[in-house]
Parts: sequence; C-alpha cells; structure tokens
Amino acid sequence: MTIQEIAFYIFSSVAIIASLMVVSARNPVHSVLFLIVVFFNAAGLFLLAGAEFLALILLIVYVGAVAVLFLFVVMMMDINFATIRQGFVRYFPFAGLVGLILLAEIIFAITSIPDVGGRATLGGVAHPIPDPQQVSNAHALGRILYTDYFYVFQLAGIVLLVAMIGAIVLTLRERPGSKHQNIGRQSYRSSSDTLQLIQDKPSGQGVHNG
Amino acid sequence: MFVSITTIIPEIWLLVAAVALLMLGVCYKGVNFSVMILGAFIALVIAVILQIIWFPKTQELAFHGMFITKSGIAVTKIVCMSAAAFCLWMSGAYFRLSATLARFELPVLIILAVLGMNLMLSANHLISFYVSIELQSLALYVLAAFYRDNLRSTEAGLKYFALGALSSGLLLYGSSLLYGFTGSASFTAISQYMAMQQELPVGVVVALVFMLCGMVFKISAVPFHMWTPDVYQGAPTPVTAFFTTAPKLASLTLLLRLIIELFPAIQESWKQIFWIVSVGSMMVGAFAGLRQQNIKRLLAYSSIGHIGYALISLVVGGTGAINSLLLYMVIYLIMSLGVFACILAVTIHPERPDTLTDLSGLAKTNPLIAFCMAILMLSMAGIPPLVGFWGKFYVFIAAVQQQYYILPIIGVLSSVVAAFYYLKVIKVMYFDDQLIQSSLKTSSQATLLAVISTITVIVLFIYPDLLINPLQQAAASLTLR
Repeated sequence: MTIQEIAFYIFSSVAIIASLMVVSARNPVHSVLFLIVVFFNAAGLFLLAGAEFLALILLIVYVGAVAVLFLFVVMMMDINFATIRQGFVRYFPFAGLVGLILLAEIIFAITSIPDVGGRATLGGVAHPIPDPQQVSNAHALGRILYTDYFYVFQLAGIVLLVAMIGAIVLTLRERPGSKHQNIGRQSYRSSSDTLQLIQDKPSGQGVHNG
Repeated sequence: MFVSITTIIPEIWLLVAAVALLMLGVCYKGVNFSVMILGAFIALVIAVILQIIWFPKTQELAFHGMFITKSGIAVTKIVCMSAAAFCLWMSGAYFRLSATLARFELPVLIILAVLGMNLMLSANHLISFYVSIELQSLALYVLAAFYRDNLRSTEAGLKYFALGALSSGLLLYGSSLLYGFTGSASFTAISQYMAMQQELPVGVVVALVFMLCGMVFKISAVPFHMWTPDVYQGAPTPVTAFFTTAPKLASLTLLLRLIIELFPAIQESWKQIFWIVSVGSMMVGAFAGLRQQNIKRLLAYSSIGHIGYALISLVVGGTGAINSLLLYMVIYLIMSLGVFACILAVTIHPERPDTLTDLSGLAKTNPLIAFCMAILMLSMAGIPPLVGFWGKFYVFIAAVQQQYYILPIIGVLSSVVAAFYYLKVIKVMYFDDQLIQSSLKTSSQATLLAVISTITVIVLFIYPDLLINPLQQAAASLTLR
C-alpha cells in the first residue's frame, strides 16, 4: 500500500463519516463544523488527484466564505430545528418515492451512455488536459479561462455586478443621524488647522488664547 | 480567430451605458431621477440604432463560437430593446410617486436586464447560455422587489427568486446531461453530433425534458405558471409591463433556437410536450382569468393564455409557423405595452388602480384613456377590426395548413372564454358607476404611448404586411440550422 493509497482511504473515510454527522448532528452549529471537516477532506482528495488549484479554491471559497456564512446564519437566526423536523415521518413515503424515481432515472440515463468511440467522432475533447509534469494546474486553467472562455468570464463579472447593485438597492437605508468617516477630509487636514502654538507666559498669569 | 467588434457592438454599448449611468448616480447624489430615466431611454434607442446600422447579413460568430448573431436574432433584439425603451418612457411618472421608488438603480437594472436578454438571444454555448439567462433573471428578481417598503412587492421578488433559482437548477442539470451525452457544450458541435447519430441515447431526451422545464418556467407557461399572477401583481406596475414584454419574447425566441438547433432529431418528443403545454396555457389563461378582480392578475392570466397561442406555432413547426409565432409575439408586445400605458396614465398612487372597480366610470373621467383601453382589450380578445385578430388568424392558419386541427379548435374556444374578461373590463369602464374619485392628473408620456399603441393596433390591421414582411426573413433565419 503506497502512501497515496493510505492518504486516499483516510481522506475519503473521514469525509464520509463527517458528512453523515452533518445530517445527523442535533446541534446545527456542530453540523456546520462537520461540514468544514468534509470540505477539508475533499480538498485533500483533490490534492491527491493532482488538482492543487481546485483544492486551494475549495478551502478559500467553501471554508473561508461559505462555511463562515452558514455559521453566521445558524447562530444569528433563532431557528427552531425541532419544528422544521416535524412531519418528517408523514412526508417520508412521498419523499422516498420521489427519491426512488430520481434514482431510477439516473441509473436509466447512466446505463445508456454511449461508448467512448461514439463520442470521439465529435473531434475529441475541446481542451485536452495538459501534462501535469510540464504545466501547473493554475497555469493550465488560466490559459483557457482568459482566452477561450474570456467571454463567459466577463459575463460572470457582470452577473456579480448586478448582484451587488441588487443587494444595495434592496437593503441600504440612509440613516440621517449616522456618523461616518470622511477619509478625504481626514487626509486633507493639516496640523495648522487644529494645532495652535501658544506663547508660554510666566506662571501665575494664566493662559490666553493667541 | 479574428472577430469584428461590430458583431457585438449593441451589447458593448449597453454595458458601457449601464456602468456610466451607475457612476453618474453614485457620484452625483443629487442627480434628478427623470434625467436617469431619460439617459437610459436614450441609451436603449442608441443601442437599437447601432443594431440597425450593423445588421448581420449572414450568420456571424464571435468569442470562439460562444456568441452568434444572425438576422432573426438581430430582429428579436431590436424588438426587445424597443419594448424596454417604451417601458422606461412611460414609467417615469409612476416612479416619481414615491421616494423609495425613484432611485437611480432602476434604469441601470433595466438596461442590464436588456443586456442579459441580448446575450441570451445570442448564446451559442451552454455556458454562455446559462450565464446570460442568469444575468437577465437576477436583474428581473431585483426589479420585482424594487418597491421594498411594500409587502406584496417584497413577496413577489422573493417568490420569483426562489422559483427562478429552482428553474435555473433544472436548466443547469439538463445542460450538464446534454454536455455529458454529446461531449461538447457548443451548440454548433452538439447539433453536428445530433445530425450524425442514427440512434440517440436516452439521456439526451432526459436532458431535453429538464431544459424545457427550465425554459417553460421562464416563459411562464402551464405547468410552470404558478408564480406569474403573484409576481405580476406584486411588482411595481411599469416593472410588470416590462415583464410581460421583452423577457417573454427573448425567452420564447431562445426556446425556439434551442429546440430547432439542438434537438431537431427528437422532434416527436418535444412536439408532444409543447402540445400539452400549449393547450394547458390556453385553458388556464382563459378559465382562471374569469374570476380575477385585480387588474394585474388578470393581465398575468391573459399573458399565460397568449403564450399558449404562440406555442401552437412551435408545435406546428416550419418557417410559416415560426413567422406566425414572431408575428403573434410582436403584436402581443404592442398591445401589452398599450394596456399598461393606459393603466399607468391613470395611476395616482403606487398601488392604484389595483382592482377592476378602481377603473369604474373611467369613460366619464378620462374618456381618451378609456377608449384606448377598450380598443386594446378588444384587440387582445382577437376581435376583427383590430390587429390582435391577425395574430391569432395566422397562428391558426399555419396549424390548419399542417393538418393540426385540435389545437386551433381549442384555441378558438378558449379565446371565446377569454373574451369574457376582456369585455368585462370595458363594461366596468363604460357602464359601472364611479365608486372612487380619481384625479384628472394623468401622466402625459403614458397617455401618448397609449394613443400611439391604439393607433398602431388599428393601422396594422389594415396593413399587416408592414409587420409580416420584415418578420418573414427573421423567421427564415431562425429556422435555419
């Protein structure tokens, strides 16, 4: 057993156990923490597969942003999880039926996948994976992201702009009495505006302005 | 691959204009809302002019085949952009009614939504297809909730967002299956693959069903129409006017491109689906509209019904039918803009007029608007001396010519039922006693647009060729694979 295989089994078994804990933990905060464990192990699996860029992105985006957001939501909102779980038994037969239908559909679809020879007639894969020995992951992604996929990359940026405008439009409220910093004015302030040099007088005469 | 910038020039202009207006609004807090609306209107008009100047004569590709344009797509873009411009034109007075409504982001969001529509009409790759649909939808969700102090508007935005996200998920799942089974995400490559294969894998049909579910949601046809009445009722009235026009046409044309370019080989599968969707939409549009008391809900059901008629042409297929589909949609856009212009012309409060009784006695207080509304309602019902008749006529003729008899029969019967509620509006305006004192102050822009729309509806009945001829070439280019 090579070291890679041992690492693979450790990462995958921990990921499976932790994901079971995500759905079975009673305390929602624990669920989110287990979710972070799953993300870490999934990142490890990506590393083993030679996709170090994806592994790092997974950590930055999912652990750094999404999981923190989840924690915030879970801790800030007073959600009674007991009432959400109510009616689980009542809805289970129907949900199970839907799940079974979906499973059957997926099996049906997967078994009908044509052999690779059939797909090869299309002219092969659009972007064959470059040799990992020569090109690093981030490099290979960057090469197509900013060239062939430049257009959709820009579009994604516009979608984010719309999301930003939307969030501001729907939530920003101007409060008339609020105090905030004006950095421009702060930087323009010089010592002469505020500091006054006062002539020192002998003691007993008091201090006079100017 | 060398690409001429003129292929995508209207879209570039729209983006630049949107960002410029946004910067103007952010940097100069005191900028007048009317100036912003006017700026956005001018930006859209310039985009239309740019598209007309650089009208694509042949099929043009850009960005590694992710962007496509041809005459049919360009004509649809021109119609969508014009409809959006007219919506902006008539909406100024409405948004000035309340301080929460008169915010500079509104015209910016409308331009960005139109940009999304243009890009999705031109999508030629599953990724650009999905991202541009999201661009358009995201802007529309925000617009629906724009009147954020109002409970109904917030509810409309949230409902639209949640259900829209679900439909996007279906669309995305279908796209991923399609990519998995064909091996490419480019529309061109997928259609080549489809043409070469003798027997297609079942997965392609599954992908088709998922993608159609997502798109049918976007055009609000049965069985994915449940969100329509609530969203149309809750959204601010000019936003509702916008929803019923440009996004409808853009989504329907995209759906058309999708099934004609990607799935011609499994025609029988999608014809069955559209048969049911079309009949369902016509029936729901006619029968559910009967009991509605709210004007915007009524128009929502009317729009579901109209989509049903347009879908008859999709079932029939062929250049003639596609021509009648485009004709029907353009006529519907003109009538819908007119009806909303009438409503906006007599709007004195963001939530008034709300129910049909608010319009009672309109013939006495504002005879001009009442007359325009009456003409447009008769046209929507498809009564002969108006252009709405030609819309239905060409759709039914195209179906009968291809030996489809059941669909036109159901269409005629349901339009008889729907005529009841169109006539009810006229009855309320002309024969009911005035219950609510409505002010004589009207929006002059909206009144102007209502009059123009009414005149167009009458003139186009006499000269329908004015519409049919330019759309013929568009339809021919859209049916070409």
